Amino acid sequence: MDAGARNAALSALLLGLFAMVGTGLVALTHALTRERIAASERAVLERALHAVMPPWRHDNDLLADRIAVTDPELLGTRRPVTVYRARRGGRPVGVVLTPEAPDGYNGRIRLIVGIYADGTLAGVRVLAHQETPGLGDAIEAEKSDWILGFTGKSLGKPPLERWRVRRDGGDFDQFTGATITPRAVVKAVRNALIYFRHHREALFAAPASGEGEEEAS
Amino acid sequence: MSRWRDIAAEGLWRNNPGLVQLLGLCPLLAVTSSVVNGLGLGLATTATLVVSGLTVSAVRGLVRPEIRIPVFVLVIACTVTIIELLMSAWLHDLYKVLGIFIPLIVTNCAIMGRAEAFASRNPVPAAVLDGLMMGLGFTGVLVALGALRELAGHGTLLDHAELLLGPLGEGLRLEIIQGYRGFLVAVLPPGAFIGLGLLIALKNVIDTRRGRRSVAVPVHAHGHGSA
Repeated sequence: MDAGARNAALSALLLGLFAMVGTGLVALTHALTRERIAASERAVLERALHAVMPPWRHDNDLLADRIAVTDPELLGTRRPVTVYRARRGGRPVGVVLTPEAPDGYNGRIRLIVGIYADGTLAGVRVLAHQETPGLGDAIEAEKSDWILGFTGKSLGKPPLERWRVRRDGGDFDQFTGATITPRAVVKAVRNALIYFRHHREALFAAPASGEGEEEAS
Repeated sequence: MSRWRDIAAEGLWRNNPGLVQLLGLCPLLAVTSSVVNGLGLGLATTATLVVSGLTVSAVRGLVRPEIRIPVFVLVIACTVTIIELLMSAWLHDLYKVLGIFIPLIVTNCAIMGRAEAFASRNPVPAAVLDGLMMGLGFTGVLVALGALRELAGHGTLLDHAELLLGPLGEGLRLEIIQGYRGFLVAVLPPGAFIGLGLLIALKNVIDTRRGRRSVAVPVHAHGHGSA
């Protein structure tokens, strides 16, 4: 073996060694933090669920009692949507859906919608969006109270044809300078309610798929 | 001792990554919509600079010139991944807010630049100090720009400090301008460019002033702002 080849082999060996040590350290950190990261993600999800389904109304673990459903028309996405079911003493209390509003001003708006078994909204929050800061982001609960206004509404209250923003002749406020964002959210919430009305029995009857790998957050 | 002071002055002021070298502008402009975001990413970047500086300097006798770049990349990528995992575990909310910009620290040229230009040629203590000072210099710019934009955009400072400090941060939010209606441009990307421009201008003004004052003493090649 001439000197050049030996040099190259030594370099390759050294590089391999560095790669192994580096990967080892990353793997070690991953193993040490995995449980804590999972717990953090779970806590984030639980906080979101609590916001739209009061924890004192049910006695089951929402995260464990869930199924996945698909309805591109009413839930706004072709991907499976997670449905968490709230029960008390085994009787249905309500569901939490995670639909999307596909027609936001700047892409999809991911929502989390809590609906009681009688079809009344328990609460609505925004999980993720890319709406304009300062205009469309008023849909966030911490920016304005707008999204809280859905609580207590249902398909009969207001009547179906009033489920629009005021500019379109409905009952829901738009924001100054932003109509498209609230319009998309109102429509998505209305569609989620329609979905629930059509599938209520099936949603509560389906066997839980348990805690899978796929998180809703 | 003057050598240590020199390294500090380089990173914090004379050769500041954000104001003079203009490296890492992508995260700098993107996350600085508030003080807390800027501080969070600044500290993560500082940690990366210190750890990668230390490692690169420690193995500098071992690494041959032809494989040094891949080794540096490896060291930096591993460091950032580990920091990302740690942040996801302990500062989960901040991790969510900063999102893609944490893994993107890997691509911050300031880090590769320091590894190549400084850490690979200097002993460990100097390399660690250099990483720390460059990182703090970068963090300072992120915080200053974040403060400027948060104040102009929302009229507040330190909003959401609990993301970084946990329960300690609750109530740190300062409402500087009462009943402020908000100034959208400052929060949107153009505000980042304008703000950074103002900060660079401010630094140049200060440098020029200082240069003029010292001109009276010995006439030295001074104050030729390297920006």
